[in-house]
Amino acid sequence: MTELATYNFAYLDEQTKRMIRRAILKAIAIPGYQVPFASREMPMPYGWGTGGVQLTAAIIGPQDVLKVIDQGADDTTNAVSIRAFFQKVANVAVTTRTEEATIIQTRHRIPEAKLGPNQVLVYQVPIPEPLRFLEPRETETRKMHALEEYGLMHVKLYEDIARNGRIATTYAYPVKVAGRYVMDPSPTPKFDNPKMHLSDALQLFGAGREKRIYAVPPYTEVVSLDFEDHPFEVQRFDKPCALCGAEQVYLDEVILDDKGGRMFVCSDTDFCEDRRAHGHAGAMLASNGLASDGLPGGKEAAE
Amino acid sequence: MYVAVKGGEAAIANAHRLLADRRRGDRSLPAVGIDQIVAQLALAVDRVMAEASLYDRTLAALAVRQARGDMIEAIFLLRAYRTTLPRFGYSQPLDTAAMKIERRISATYKDLPGGQLLGPTFDYTHRLLDPNLLADEPVDEPMQRPAEQGRIMRVSEILDQEGLIEGDGVMPVDHEIGDLTREPLEFPMARDLRLQALARGDEGFLLALGYSTQRGYGRTHPFTGEIRIGEVEVEFDVPELGFSVSLGRIQVTECQMVNQFKGSAKAPPQFTRGYGLVFGQSERKAMAMSLVDRALRAEELGEDIVAPAQDEEFVISHSDNVQATGFVEHLKLPHYVDFQAELDLVRRMRRDFEAARDRGMDPMTEAAE
Repeated sequence: MTELATYNFAYLDEQTKRMIRRAILKAIAIPGYQVPFASREMPMPYGWGTGGVQLTAAIIGPQDVLKVIDQGADDTTNAVSIRAFFQKVANVAVTTRTEEATIIQTRHRIPEAKLGPNQVLVYQVPIPEPLRFLEPRETETRKMHALEEYGLMHVKLYEDIARNGRIATTYAYPVKVAGRYVMDPSPTPKFDNPKMHLSDALQLFGAGREKRIYAVPPYTEVVSLDFEDHPFEVQRFDKPCALCGAEQVYLDEVILDDKGGRMFVCSDTDFCEDRRAHGHAGAMLASNGLASDGLPGGKEAAE
Repeated sequence: MYVAVKGGEAAIANAHRLLADRRRGDRSLPAVGIDQIVAQLALAVDRVMAEASLYDRTLAALAVRQARGDMIEAIFLLRAYRTTLPRFGYSQPLDTAAMKIERRISATYKDLPGGQLLGPTFDYTHRLLDPNLLADEPVDEPMQRPAEQGRIMRVSEILDQEGLIEGDGVMPVDHEIGDLTREPLEFPMARDLRLQALARGDEGFLLALGYSTQRGYGRTHPFTGEIRIGEVEVEFDVPELGFSVSLGRIQVTECQMVNQFKGSAKAPPQFTRGYGLVFGQSERKAMAMSLVDRALRAEELGEDIVAPAQDEEFVISHSDNVQATGFVEHLKLPHYVDFQAELDLVRRMRRDFEAARDRGMDPMTEAAE
């Protein structure tokens, strides 16, 4: 019992890859439709990116360059773990640089840099069904999609406005894809929703535990649900990134001390680092020289 | 500072090294052997095999050791290995009537053909901690009996002679037995897939659901028609040969629950059945499975669906402990991007609330206007 198993390139056997590729093709052909697939047990837990990992495993080839991010950062533990997995089982080149990657697997963010036509963005999805928290039954939600019966979602958004004066959905904000299917963009902040619209890159979504794959093909309309008098709007931050000075980007709040001190820094570590390499500097970087001590976008991420 | 937990590869490697150290424990003690786990923690090994859906005692014992005795982690390890194995084909249905029986009891008849055999059971032991087990005291050899020859009829067959119990049931001719490890689940599902899901379902979850039916949440009036534990032969179907070949014997636990049924628009008054079949020796799991199987047949038998145990989508969607533990535990992954979005929203809403209050208005009615 010295050798338990020899694993195929990218872990999954070729039959399984073929099954997943078929589901991907179907998903691309019906943008926003959730295609059931025979999700496999993966050597990492359900809920930790098994859907994204299966998609990546099914599409990756020896020539690909892989980038994995979690919360926008390359150096978060689970991103490190998934990247190491593909280095081990597929021996592919990996990168933290968005522009170099051919496949970017992500959890909770879309990179700030515009993606190109030769890139695929693979999303890890926990709950693929945008209607799930309105209707817990799969049998019902499938019917609602089939009949394009999305009134319940609009009622939910309306009730938000009635109760709170605004739509109180800040992430996993529902979108309509190609004028037909309402889709969950995965728990990305709604800040990222506009980046999905008419993207040059193919966007694939994998939910391993829930056994669903869906896709947004390149140049597809992705519209966030809203009302004429309450148009969709994204989060805005009062200050630029404290490290690179970027504006109009999504920021993480970092607590600096126990006296209420905090700073806001780019959630996209590669974007932040790239700006700093090009001479941009935010307020904290200039005063404290924090560039290389393991802060987001610091030296560690580059290694 | 929180960003410090944005660990690099070194942190992960060090954590795993520490885990390996803790797993091994005190180096002055001998490591527990795989054969010892197979022999002495046999029921733990059985549970791992059952819920991982892989019959291999050595690998299951390895998983138990690697998981430091965490059963769900061990099940997960074995499942993740199982999924990489090639699928050569499918076996013939097991003939449990031809089982080499080690234990067989019926609660519905005092005596019956084949007899009542207690076998190696915890039943009727007094749960007193045994000081002899603190040391390795010698254990007596067990009593032996000659093995029975031929089939041991099932209780369901006895009742069937009078037509008092539903039959085994037949699937439509064109029905192919499903395989939930190869096809995505779809609801509603046929009983074959449901039983597959229950067979690998979490013992604790099924136990609680079965228990809930006994307490009135979807009552099924159960009697333990029969439980049998023993070895059965697995025959592998080889289409190229036109006959099946024996792969060997496996130990299984089978439970047939007999349930009183008053009849409905869909079915006449008769006894109905719930079925449980589990790898290895696990009566608790097999009994719970058969209770839940019967409860889930509510729709088929025309009963009102009023309780969680009768709700197929609820039960089957949540019975898999590898899925459940993954999703529950994923909450410890970073979520600070989403949390930032929520922080921003709560701050805005509080600003609105306080502004309205300062103007002397009821903040909650203003929002609606």
